[in-house]
Amino acid sequence: MIKEFRLPDLGEGLTESEILSWKVAVGDTVTLNQVIAEVETAKAVVELPSPFAGVITALHEEPGTIVEVGKPIVSFEVADDGGASPSGAAPAGAATAAAGTAKREPNLVGYGAVVESSGRPARRARTFTTPAVEPVRGPVVEPVETELVETEPVRPENPVLEPVETDTAERPRSTPPVRKLAKDLGVELAAVAGTGAGGLITREDVQNFVGGGELSAPVRHLSAVSDSVFPAGLAPQGGREVRTPIKGVRKFTAAAMVASAFTAPHATEFLTVDVTPTMDLLAKLKTSRAFSGYKLTPLTLVAKAVLIALRRNPSLNSRWEEVSQEIVQFNYVNLGIAAATPRGLTVPNIKDADTLSLLELSAALTGLTETARAGKTAPADLSGGTISITNIGVFGIDAGTPILNPGEAAILAMGAVRKMPWEFQDEVALRQVMTLSLSFDHRLVDGEQGSRFLADVGAILAEPGMVLTMV
Amino acid sequence: MSTDRNLIQLVTPAGERISHPEFDPWVKDIGDEQLCSLYEDLTVIRRIDVEATALQRQGELGLWPPLLGQEAAQVGSGRALREDDFVFSSYRENGVAYCRGVDLTDITRVWRGTASSGWDPYSVNMATPQIIIGAQTLHATGYAMGIQNDGADSVAVTYFGDGATSEGDVNEAMVFAASFQAPVVFFCSNNHWAISEPVRLQSHIQIADRASGFGIPSLRVDGNDVLAVMAATRVALDRARHGGGPTFIEAVTYRMGPHTTADDPTRYRDANELEDWAAKDPILRVKALLERKGLLTDEVQQHVHNKAESVARELRSGCIGMPDPEPMDIFKHVYSEPNSWLDRQQDHYARYLASFGDPAGATSEEGAR
Repeated sequence: MIKEFRLPDLGEGLTESEILSWKVAVGDTVTLNQVIAEVETAKAVVELPSPFAGVITALHEEPGTIVEVGKPIVSFEVADDGGASPSGAAPAGAATAAAGTAKREPNLVGYGAVVESSGRPARRARTFTTPAVEPVRGPVVEPVETELVETEPVRPENPVLEPVETDTAERPRSTPPVRKLAKDLGVELAAVAGTGAGGLITREDVQNFVGGGELSAPVRHLSAVSDSVFPAGLAPQGGREVRTPIKGVRKFTAAAMVASAFTAPHATEFLTVDVTPTMDLLAKLKTSRAFSGYKLTPLTLVAKAVLIALRRNPSLNSRWEEVSQEIVQFNYVNLGIAAATPRGLTVPNIKDADTLSLLELSAALTGLTETARAGKTAPADLSGGTISITNIGVFGIDAGTPILNPGEAAILAMGAVRKMPWEFQDEVALRQVMTLSLSFDHRLVDGEQGSRFLADVGAILAEPGMVLTMV
Repeated sequence: MSTDRNLIQLVTPAGERISHPEFDPWVKDIGDEQLCSLYEDLTVIRRIDVEATALQRQGELGLWPPLLGQEAAQVGSGRALREDDFVFSSYRENGVAYCRGVDLTDITRVWRGTASSGWDPYSVNMATPQIIIGAQTLHATGYAMGIQNDGADSVAVTYFGDGATSEGDVNEAMVFAASFQAPVVFFCSNNHWAISEPVRLQSHIQIADRASGFGIPSLRVDGNDVLAVMAATRVALDRARHGGGPTFIEAVTYRMGPHTTADDPTRYRDANELEDWAAKDPILRVKALLERKGLLTDEVQQHVHNKAESVARELRSGCIGMPDPEPMDIFKHVYSEPNSWLDRQQDHYARYLASFGDPAGATSEEGAR
């Protein structure tokens, strides 16, 4: 009789593995526990011992393919006696609960992500956007999880879904018994509108869907909501949820953040500095004749401090180029400034900012942000940045873990300037204090360089005169 | 490694029996026949380990923690115990379990995920394996204090690894054991790796030296030398039985395989180290000793081989033939007496399972009984 061997979960909660090589060929006679293949999981390269003694009749997968756990990979002709696995290697725990058309997920450990029957194994889909033209960046922690969802790709073949939302890729909310019912009935839950609490898909929804045929799901959804939940006339405009197509700056931002967060290993450091001397300096400069008519803010001085500190710590002004396998060290600084605009976040940059005097820098910053807010930033100003600053202090925030603008090695978040009781000359005094948060790409920058850079910026802001020791 | 300070050794890696005035008397009863029997145990346990690892690769076990290379530490100590001694082990002491007489199918139960624990501890005087690192040492000390109260002369023996000695539980257990001079043996299998953490990072002094801080005498023994392990364990057991309190044994051995079947040690371990330890293999050493003594006859070899193969077959068929538990079995053995709170959960769960039954009757649901 022919017995199939299905790929087991070789680690704890793995859903797929790659066949590296076969150690046997069709027609070979193998003994129990003879090594038949080498397989690589996310955790280890392991050898597969044959679960049967017999003759290989088929190898179902080529070396180099990634195979879902539970898929048959090899068949044996086995003598009809016992001794071998009676369940045909259908792993433990999978015996009860009948099949229907559903494929078992023989995940022994039970907490692995379930790959729903989407045909192909769900490989992590990494979005690599070209690093050169990334006009977007996130000042603080972006909810990157929204793009991380690795559940079943929504199948395009369902016509009901066509109009909208097919790429939101969020698993429809329901309960296990209802999921099973839907699976048994061949219903794609994504096509069913939920009428339960918070849009939960109930048993009735699935049954109605089957009975109701091809009714457009969104229509059903809306009518159901207004009928059942809200008394007539009280349904808020636009229903209980608002759905906005993911596009434009939001889409770009999301893609850039995902690319950055999952390409560059981020490390973030924080430094809280007494910036009273800097604020004093700022007040002095504002009243000086040379700066009259210019807009001077703490950002201006932080930007200058960054540019000075970069000279001493050039590795923070570099780029990791995966394609060419090179690290690009920039001998110029295109300083990006995160700007909140009505259309969303943009990060225009000041070209060759390191060559600018404080006066020129101040003018450039003012021009840059005003243009950005007006939505008129030229594409050239959005690309080619080498390091960025995000001013979260303007929102009254102290610190965060900024995500790198893709292609850049570092980003500094400046927090709000606060009057706080602080150690000053061995006593507690009311001082103006700011927290700096620096994220850097750990492929390019080690803790040492990151720390030295941040300490330099902090030293300048704590005592602007320290610049004399640095230039 | 040969310059190891204080390392008690009775058989060299080459299989030479060396004399040790202090420990020889403790194994003077081990004659030819007993030596062959130890050789059989070592071989059988390795075979169990190999078979279980294969079963995991074939999807029949969810996970398996291999003990490859640590057979002598487990056999030498396991065979030194008296029937009424009580073992509290980690998850890697499947060889000790074999020595205690645990049923082969029961050994695999938990790893197949069909039971929360594999056997009745009182039937073999060995608690089911502890997964929490080091927690079993507390149980052992507590049990030993119970033995004291009973006025009995049995001993609690607890097994753990080098990594566990850094855990709070183990330290607390040793404090209590010392304070109350409880009859407990702390048996540390120093296999050099706490998953991917090397022991040299774990402890800057020899693991055995940690015991002195608690006022517990310790022995440092070649863990790949089954006779030396047996002698040391007997010394410790004897001390405990006669009111001498706890002893700490560091069995210096090596985890030749991965931490578990989900681990890949080649990612963090030097292949040279593995080679060095392969030369100190616990089974080859006994084999060489038997050869020197002219005891390694074809008959003995065939007998041992047959025994190992039959154990492997029994393990495999017991594992594969194990029935899956019913969904409601999860509520068994939670409390020894009826409990209204649990009854309520049980009722809810039964109704939940019933809700899978679909009107078309397309499924065969057994949950709602």
